[in-house]
Amino acid sequence: MLSSIGAKSIEDLFSSIPERFRLREALKLPGPYSEAEIIQYFKERARESAVGYTSFLGAGVYNHLRSVITDVIIQRGEFLTSYTPYQAEISQGTLQAIFEFQTLICQLTGQEVANASMWDGSTATAEAVLMAERIVRRRRVLVARSLHPQYRDVLKTYARHSGLSVEEIPFAGDGTLDRKALDSALQDDVAAVVVQSPNFFGTIDYAPDLAERAHSSGALLIVVVTEGVSLGLVRPPREADIVALEGQSFGLAPSYGGPFVGAIATHEKFVRQLPGRLAGLAYDSQGRRGYVLTLATREQHIRREKATSNICTNQALCALAATVHLALLGKEGLREMAEQNLSKAHFALNELLKIPGVRLGFDAPFFNEFTVVLPRPVDAVNRHLLREGIIGPLALNASYPELSNHALVCVTEVAARSDIEKFVSALRMAVTLPQDRQ
Amino acid sequence: MAYPPTYRYTKEHEWIDVKGEVGTIGLTDYAQRQLGDVVFVELPSVGTALVAGKALGTVESVKSVNDIFAPVSGEVIEVNTALEGAPEKVNADPHGTGWLVKVHLKNPAEIDALMDGPSYESYISAFEKEDSH
Repeated sequence: MLSSIGAKSIEDLFSSIPERFRLREALKLPGPYSEAEIIQYFKERARESAVGYTSFLGAGVYNHLRSVITDVIIQRGEFLTSYTPYQAEISQGTLQAIFEFQTLICQLTGQEVANASMWDGSTATAEAVLMAERIVRRRRVLVARSLHPQYRDVLKTYARHSGLSVEEIPFAGDGTLDRKALDSALQDDVAAVVVQSPNFFGTIDYAPDLAERAHSSGALLIVVVTEGVSLGLVRPPREADIVALEGQSFGLAPSYGGPFVGAIATHEKFVRQLPGRLAGLAYDSQGRRGYVLTLATREQHIRREKATSNICTNQALCALAATVHLALLGKEGLREMAEQNLSKAHFALNELLKIPGVRLGFDAPFFNEFTVVLPRPVDAVNRHLLREGIIGPLALNASYPELSNHALVCVTEVAARSDIEKFVSALRMAVTLPQDRQ
Repeated sequence: MAYPPTYRYTKEHEWIDVKGEVGTIGLTDYAQRQLGDVVFVELPSVGTALVAGKALGTVESVKSVNDIFAPVSGEVIEVNTALEGAPEKVNADPHGTGWLVKVHLKNPAEIDALMDGPSYESYISAFEKEDSH
């Protein structure tokens, strides 16, 4: 085959990669192993994981119950190995599932149309910002500092080469967006205001007044949701122009940080600027209902450099898992799950506040995450907790240097009352023991 | 369909009907046949400055998106908003109710560079000969 294309060796095929980037020696992999040795190898690696630990860590990735039914369905060959549904005639199952996913996202976010999914919440956020820029034709974006730090980093990467100017709006003493700072930054050159709710500190940050403020300057409001379960109880951001969502909470295990599933939902009037795949309902020549990929003229295989995005795929399998999970839970189940999150998190806070030296960091209403200020550095406390089989809260000072000793605690429905009590007493010990004993 | 002899035509298949200093611009019958069913037309807003030969908007069919080029330079004074709800007018009546924008001509001499009716018809007959192969 090499000679028929006029190449002397495999190496010739890589000639466009500069020398200094080419691997010059074999990768140091163990093996080759037999099947039994490979299984043994991974069993040993698995033993290194914190199996059986309780976790009070959130910060954008949430430990929620998920049913085995989800795996049974998504592991069916028809779903697991099927390709992109370009040919509608043989892809009705996949397209219907995508359509159901889009419908669920609309119902949860209070928006009119949603796409077939994005890679994750961070890219959904960045693409929502680019979408607002195209709609309003302005280049300045105001982003809450309480938006997830990694989401802000991803947005900066997207903005760097597209001429967008991203400015951060600080948070107020109660953890919510500083409205005064927002008002003074809002001028008629702002394309979008980006707010996360519940925000990175766990506080509920969205209220309809934010939409009014943004609109008064002709800017769009983008609301980011990283904890989807909150939508089972918290009023959806209906007045937002665009919602960027992370769907990991809907039946996707935290895994090693992915794969997750993002989505963008918006008003019907903006649909032509929506990036990503769109499944639509249509009727064939005999009046039978069917599903298709639609409004493809937004996408880059038709519009090329003027497309709404370079995305040409979706997180099909993960979106299917989220759809199955939500169908299993139903409206009542999601609400009940949300209520358990709310009550357990508030119970945990009350117990923690009984520990001398521990105080609440931000006092705005919260869902399943809250911030406490500890009398000792959070990392030291977490080392103690880890020895007790507990994964502790996030130390906020890594991303917010001024928030020293601030810990972001997450409590979901998976924490039993006894787990919470054990966590609280371990933390009490960690902050009251003489420090040299840690 | 007949090509109105008083209109002028571009190589990119736009027509312009000039009355005084105002020109009405649209797509030719040949263009709409090539496009197929038009589903969306993206037009500039009133006040936009057009530059002869530069794109003024896009026309979308189910499978393609094409730029619409300005035959002349000038300021957009009216936009055919009926196309928002009824883009199919571009197919049904491309030389009449399917018009796109009205422009106030900046440089009326630019009209002289465009084809008249008979020239346009012979221009496209070359394409249509190819199409029939």
